[in-house]
Amino acid sequence: MENNSKSAEDLRTIRKIMEESTRFLSLSGLSGIFAGAIAITGALIAWFFILKNGTVNIDKQVINLSEQEIISIKWKMIAVALSVLILSILFSLYFSVRKAKREGKELWSHSSKRLLVNLMIPLITGAVFTVVLLIHNHTELIVPELLIFYGLALVNAGKFTYGEIFYLGILEIITGLTSSFFPGQGLIFWIIGFGILHIIYGLAMYRKYEA
Amino acid sequence: MKDLIANLNKVFESRIRLGIMSILMVNETYDFNSLKETLDVTDGNLASHLKALEEKGMIRVNKQFLGRKPNTSYSATESGICDFQQHLKALENILNKQ
Repeated sequence: MENNSKSAEDLRTIRKIMEESTRFLSLSGLSGIFAGAIAITGALIAWFFILKNGTVNIDKQVINLSEQEIISIKWKMIAVALSVLILSILFSLYFSVRKAKREGKELWSHSSKRLLVNLMIPLITGAVFTVVLLIHNHTELIVPELLIFYGLALVNAGKFTYGEIFYLGILEIITGLTSSFFPGQGLIFWIIGFGILHIIYGLAMYRKYEA
Repeated sequence: MKDLIANLNKVFESRIRLGIMSILMVNETYDFNSLKETLDVTDGNLASHLKALEEKGMIRVNKQFLGRKPNTSYSATESGICDFQQHLKALENILNKQ
Protein backbone atom coordinates (compact mmCIF):
# COMPACT_ATOMS: atom_id res chain seq x y z
CA MET A 1 0.00 0.00 0.00
CA GLU A 2 2.84 2.32 0.85
CA ASN A 3 4.42 1.58 -2.49
CA ASN A 4 1.17 2.43 -4.14
CA SER A 5 0.84 5.93 -2.75
CA LYS A 6 4.52 6.70 -3.33
CA SER A 7 4.23 5.60 -6.96
CA ALA A 8 1.14 7.71 -7.45
CA GLU A 9 2.85 10.69 -5.87
CA ASP A 10 5.96 10.15 -8.03
CA LEU A 11 3.93 10.01 -11.22
CA ARG A 12 2.04 13.14 -10.27
CA THR A 13 5.30 14.98 -9.63
CA ILE A 14 6.79 13.79 -12.92
CA ARG A 15 3.76 14.96 -14.87
CA LYS A 16 3.77 18.35 -13.15
CA ILE A 17 7.49 18.91 -13.70
CA MET A 18 7.26 17.90 -17.36
CA GLU A 19 4.50 20.41 -17.91
CA GLU A 20 6.08 23.23 -15.91
CA SER A 21 9.46 22.86 -17.55
CA THR A 22 8.05 23.19 -21.06
CA ARG A 23 5.09 25.51 -20.64
CA PHE A 24 4.89 29.02 -19.27
CA LEU A 25 1.79 28.92 -17.08
CA SER A 26 1.84 32.36 -15.52
CA LEU A 27 -0.28 33.92 -18.25
CA SER A 28 -3.48 35.24 -16.74
CA GLY A 29 -6.94 35.28 -18.29
CA LEU A 30 -7.24 38.84 -17.01
CA SER A 31 -4.66 39.86 -19.63
CA GLY A 32 -7.04 38.71 -22.35
CA ILE A 33 -9.98 40.57 -20.86
CA PHE A 34 -8.02 43.81 -20.53
CA ALA A 35 -6.41 43.52 -23.97
CA GLY A 36 -9.87 43.02 -25.47
CA ALA A 37 -11.33 46.00 -23.66
CA ILE A 38 -8.40 48.21 -24.67
CA ALA A 39 -8.69 47.14 -28.32
CA ILE A 40 -12.40 47.98 -28.38
CA THR A 41 -11.76 51.36 -26.72
CA GLY A 42 -9.10 52.09 -29.34
CA ALA A 43 -11.47 51.20 -32.16
CA LEU A 44 -14.18 53.46 -30.71
CA ILE A 45 -11.73 56.36 -30.37
CA ALA A 46 -10.70 55.85 -33.99
CA TRP A 47 -14.30 55.71 -35.17
CA PHE A 48 -15.69 58.69 -33.28
CA PHE A 49 -12.73 61.05 -33.13
CA ILE A 50 -10.39 60.27 -36.00
CA LEU A 51 -12.83 59.05 -38.63
CA LYS A 52 -15.54 61.52 -37.50
CA ASN A 53 -18.28 58.94 -36.85
CA GLY A 54 -17.32 56.97 -39.90
CA THR A 55 -17.86 59.77 -42.40
CA VAL A 56 -14.21 59.41 -43.31
CA ASN A 57 -12.98 56.16 -44.82
CA ILE A 58 -9.29 56.30 -45.57
CA ASP A 59 -9.29 52.79 -46.95
CA LYS A 60 -11.37 53.96 -49.87
CA GLN A 61 -9.12 56.99 -50.33
CA VAL A 62 -11.93 59.54 -50.21
CA ILE A 63 -11.36 62.14 -52.86
CA ASN A 64 -12.59 65.15 -50.95
CA LEU A 65 -9.75 64.92 -48.44
CA SER A 66 -6.48 66.68 -49.04
CA GLU A 67 -3.25 64.73 -49.10
CA GLN A 68 -2.30 66.32 -45.82
CA GLU A 69 -5.53 65.34 -44.09
CA ILE A 70 -5.11 61.73 -45.18
CA ILE A 71 -1.56 61.63 -43.84
CA SER A 72 -2.64 63.16 -40.54
CA ILE A 73 -5.45 60.59 -40.19
CA LYS A 74 -3.01 57.77 -40.91
CA TRP A 75 -0.61 58.94 -38.23
CA LYS A 76 -3.42 59.24 -35.71
CA MET A 77 -4.60 55.72 -36.52
CA ILE A 78 -1.06 54.39 -36.12
CA ALA A 79 -0.76 56.18 -32.77
CA VAL A 80 -4.00 54.63 -31.50
CA ALA A 81 -2.98 51.14 -32.68
CA LEU A 82 0.44 51.42 -31.04
CA SER A 83 -1.11 52.70 -27.80
CA VAL A 84 -3.46 49.70 -27.77
CA LEU A 85 -0.49 47.37 -28.31
CA ILE A 86 1.68 48.95 -25.61
CA LEU A 87 -1.11 49.13 -23.03
CA SER A 88 -2.06 45.50 -23.68
CA ILE A 89 1.54 44.34 -23.26
CA LEU A 90 1.93 46.35 -20.04
CA PHE A 91 -1.27 44.92 -18.58
CA SER A 92 -0.42 41.33 -19.49
CA LEU A 93 3.06 41.77 -18.03
CA TYR A 94 1.52 43.13 -14.84
CA PHE A 95 -0.94 40.22 -14.54
CA SER A 96 1.77 37.66 -15.33
CA VAL A 97 4.12 39.09 -12.70
CA ARG A 98 1.27 39.01 -10.20
CA LYS A 99 0.32 35.42 -11.03
CA ALA A 100 3.93 34.21 -11.00
CA LYS A 101 4.51 35.84 -7.62
CA ARG A 102 1.37 34.35 -6.16
CA GLU A 103 2.42 30.88 -7.31
CA GLY A 104 6.03 31.41 -6.25
CA LYS A 105 7.40 30.99 -9.78
CA GLU A 106 10.07 32.83 -11.72
CA LEU A 107 8.74 35.05 -14.50
CA TRP A 108 11.97 35.01 -16.51
CA SER A 109 12.49 31.29 -16.94
CA HIS A 110 13.47 28.72 -19.52
CA SER A 111 9.83 28.32 -20.53
CA SER A 112 8.98 32.03 -20.70
CA LYS A 113 12.04 32.69 -22.87
CA ARG A 114 11.03 29.96 -25.28
CA LEU A 115 7.46 31.25 -25.37
CA LEU A 116 8.71 34.74 -26.15
CA VAL A 117 10.99 33.62 -28.99
CA ASN A 118 8.21 31.60 -30.57
CA LEU A 119 5.76 34.48 -30.29
CA MET A 120 8.20 37.06 -31.59
CA ILE A 121 9.16 35.41 -34.88
CA PRO A 122 5.71 35.72 -36.51
CA LEU A 123 4.99 38.99 -34.68
CA ILE A 124 8.12 40.80 -35.88
CA THR A 125 7.57 39.48 -39.40
CA GLY A 126 4.04 40.90 -39.21
CA ALA A 127 5.26 44.22 -37.84
CA VAL A 128 7.75 44.65 -40.69
CA PHE A 129 5.10 43.68 -43.21
CA THR A 130 2.75 46.29 -41.72
CA VAL A 131 5.35 48.95 -42.48
CA VAL A 132 5.58 47.62 -46.06
CA LEU A 133 1.78 47.89 -46.45
CA LEU A 134 1.89 51.44 -45.11
CA ILE A 135 4.66 52.44 -47.51
CA HIS A 136 2.75 51.00 -50.47
CA ASN A 137 -0.48 52.56 -49.28
CA HIS A 138 -2.37 49.29 -48.84
CA THR A 139 -3.97 50.44 -45.61
CA GLU A 140 -7.08 48.31 -46.27
CA LEU A 141 -4.95 45.20 -45.76
CA ILE A 142 -3.37 46.22 -42.46
CA VAL A 143 -6.07 44.87 -40.12
CA PRO A 144 -6.33 41.51 -41.96
CA GLU A 145 -2.55 41.21 -41.97
CA LEU A 146 -2.22 42.06 -38.25
CA LEU A 147 -4.88 39.48 -37.34
CA ILE A 148 -3.30 36.78 -39.51
CA PHE A 149 0.23 37.23 -38.17
CA TYR A 150 -1.02 37.53 -34.59
CA GLY A 151 -2.99 34.32 -35.09
CA LEU A 152 0.08 32.55 -36.46
CA ALA A 153 2.10 33.73 -33.45
CA LEU A 154 -0.51 32.30 -31.07
CA VAL A 155 -0.68 28.99 -32.93
CA ASN A 156 3.09 28.81 -32.63
CA ALA A 157 2.95 29.68 -28.92
CA GLY A 158 0.42 26.93 -28.20
CA LYS A 159 3.15 24.42 -27.39
CA PHE A 160 4.84 26.70 -24.89
CA THR A 161 1.96 27.92 -22.72
CA TYR A 162 -1.67 26.91 -22.21
CA GLY A 163 -2.73 24.78 -25.19
CA GLU A 164 -5.97 26.74 -25.51
CA ILE A 165 -4.07 29.63 -27.03
CA PHE A 166 -3.68 27.52 -30.20
CA TYR A 167 -7.43 27.70 -30.79
CA LEU A 168 -7.51 31.43 -30.16
CA GLY A 169 -4.79 31.66 -32.83
CA ILE A 170 -6.88 29.69 -35.33
CA LEU A 171 -9.87 31.98 -34.70
CA GLU A 172 -7.67 35.07 -35.19
CA ILE A 173 -6.39 33.68 -38.51
CA ILE A 174 -9.96 32.98 -39.68
CA THR A 175 -11.05 36.49 -38.65
CA GLY A 176 -8.06 37.98 -40.48
CA LEU A 177 -8.66 36.04 -43.68
CA THR A 178 -12.37 36.89 -43.61
CA SER A 179 -11.63 40.57 -43.12
CA SER A 180 -9.34 40.59 -46.15
CA PHE A 181 -12.46 40.05 -48.27
CA PHE A 182 -14.10 43.16 -46.81
CA PRO A 183 -11.83 46.13 -47.46
CA GLY A 184 -12.87 49.24 -45.57
CA GLN A 185 -14.40 47.21 -42.72
CA GLY A 186 -11.13 46.93 -40.81
CA LEU A 187 -12.44 48.46 -37.58
CA ILE A 188 -15.25 45.93 -37.24
CA PHE A 189 -12.86 43.00 -37.69
CA TRP A 190 -10.38 44.66 -35.33
CA ILE A 191 -13.15 44.77 -32.71
CA ILE A 192 -14.04 41.11 -33.34
CA GLY A 193 -10.46 39.80 -33.48
CA PHE A 194 -8.59 41.88 -30.94
CA GLY A 195 -11.60 42.82 -28.81
CA ILE A 196 -14.34 40.22 -28.55
CA LEU A 197 -12.19 37.09 -29.09
CA HIS A 198 -9.71 38.26 -26.43
CA ILE A 199 -12.44 38.94 -23.91
CA ILE A 200 -14.15 35.58 -24.47
CA TYR A 201 -10.80 33.77 -24.29
CA GLY A 202 -9.75 35.70 -21.18
CA LEU A 203 -13.02 34.99 -19.38
CA ALA A 204 -12.87 31.30 -20.25
CA MET A 205 -9.25 30.97 -19.11
CA TYR A 206 -9.87 32.92 -15.93
CA ARG A 207 -12.81 30.73 -14.99
CA LYS A 208 -10.99 27.55 -15.85
CA TYR A 209 -7.64 28.16 -14.15
CA GLU A 210 -7.91 31.06 -11.74
CA ALA A 211 -11.39 31.57 -10.33
CA MET B 1 5.03 -8.09 -5.65
CA LYS B 2 8.77 -8.64 -6.00
CA ASP B 3 8.47 -8.60 -9.77
CA LEU B 4 6.78 -5.26 -9.67
CA ILE B 5 9.43 -3.57 -7.63
CA ALA B 6 12.27 -5.25 -9.51
CA ASN B 7 11.78 -2.90 -12.44
CA LEU B 8 12.02 0.21 -10.32
CA ASN B 9 15.40 1.77 -10.91
CA LYS B 10 17.35 2.60 -7.75
CA VAL B 11 19.02 5.50 -9.54
CA PHE B 12 15.70 7.33 -9.78
CA GLU B 13 14.67 6.83 -6.18
CA SER B 14 15.43 10.41 -5.18
CA ARG B 15 12.80 13.03 -5.90
CA ILE B 16 15.40 15.38 -7.32
CA ARG B 17 16.75 12.82 -9.78
CA LEU B 18 13.21 12.02 -10.79
CA GLY B 19 12.69 15.73 -11.40
CA ILE B 20 15.89 16.14 -13.42
CA MET B 21 14.99 13.21 -15.65
CA SER B 22 11.40 14.43 -16.11
CA ILE B 23 12.69 17.77 -17.35
CA LEU B 24 15.27 16.24 -19.68
CA MET B 25 12.68 13.89 -21.15
CA VAL B 26 10.65 16.78 -22.55
CA ASN B 27 13.41 19.35 -23.15
CA GLU B 28 16.33 18.67 -25.45
CA THR B 29 18.70 20.59 -23.21
CA TYR B 30 18.26 22.46 -19.95
CA ASP B 31 20.82 24.61 -18.16
CA PHE B 32 21.90 24.38 -14.55
CA ASN B 33 20.20 27.54 -13.32
CA SER B 34 16.90 26.70 -14.98
CA LEU B 35 17.02 23.24 -13.42
CA LYS B 36 17.65 24.87 -10.06
CA GLU B 37 14.70 27.20 -10.44
CA THR B 38 12.26 24.60 -11.72
CA LEU B 39 13.15 22.05 -9.04
CA ASP B 40 13.69 24.62 -6.29
CA VAL B 41 16.85 23.03 -4.85
CA THR B 42 20.24 24.30 -3.69
CA ASP B 43 23.34 24.39 -5.93
CA GLY B 44 25.21 21.69 -4.03
CA ASN B 45 22.27 19.35 -3.82
CA LEU B 46 21.49 19.65 -7.52
CA ALA B 47 25.15 19.29 -8.51
CA SER B 48 25.59 16.06 -6.57
CA HIS B 49 22.50 14.48 -8.09
CA LEU B 50 23.55 15.59 -11.58
CA LYS B 51 26.96 14.06 -10.97
CA ALA B 52 25.38 10.77 -9.93
CA LEU B 53 23.14 10.67 -13.02
CA GLU B 54 26.09 11.52 -15.22
CA GLU B 55 28.19 8.73 -13.73
CA LYS B 56 25.39 6.25 -14.41
CA GLY B 57 25.33 7.39 -18.02
CA MET B 58 21.79 8.76 -17.78
CA ILE B 59 22.62 12.32 -18.76
CA ARG B 60 25.20 14.17 -20.81
CA VAL B 61 26.90 17.40 -19.77
CA ASN B 62 27.57 20.17 -22.30
CA LYS B 63 29.85 22.95 -21.14
CA GLN B 64 30.13 26.08 -23.21
CA PHE B 65 30.72 29.77 -22.86
CA LEU B 66 28.01 32.36 -23.38
CA GLY B 67 30.20 35.39 -23.93
CA ARG B 68 32.43 35.15 -20.91
CA LYS B 69 30.09 33.31 -18.62
CA PRO B 70 30.41 29.56 -18.45
CA ASN B 71 27.14 27.83 -19.14
CA THR B 72 26.54 24.21 -18.30
CA SER B 73 23.59 22.46 -19.81
CA TYR B 74 22.39 18.90 -19.61
CA SER B 75 20.58 16.46 -21.83
CA ALA B 76 19.36 12.92 -21.39
CA THR B 77 21.29 10.11 -23.07
CA GLU B 78 19.48 7.46 -25.07
CA SER B 79 20.00 4.85 -22.40
CA GLY B 80 18.86 7.38 -19.79
CA ILE B 81 15.62 7.94 -21.69
CA CYS B 82 15.14 4.18 -22.05
CA ASP B 83 15.81 3.48 -18.35
CA PHE B 84 13.53 6.29 -17.23
CA GLN B 85 10.71 5.05 -19.43
CA GLN B 86 11.10 1.61 -17.87
CA HIS B 87 11.00 3.18 -14.43
CA LEU B 88 7.81 5.05 -15.35
CA LYS B 89 6.22 1.85 -16.61
CA ALA B 90 7.14 0.11 -13.37
CA LEU B 91 5.51 2.90 -11.37
CA GLU B 92 2.37 2.61 -13.47
CA ASN B 93 2.29 -1.16 -13.07
CA ILE B 94 2.44 -0.87 -9.30
CA LEU B 95 -0.55 1.46 -9.41
CA ASN B 96 -2.53 -0.75 -11.78
CA LYS B 97 -1.93 -4.08 -10.08
CA GLN B 98 -2.93 -3.11 -6.59
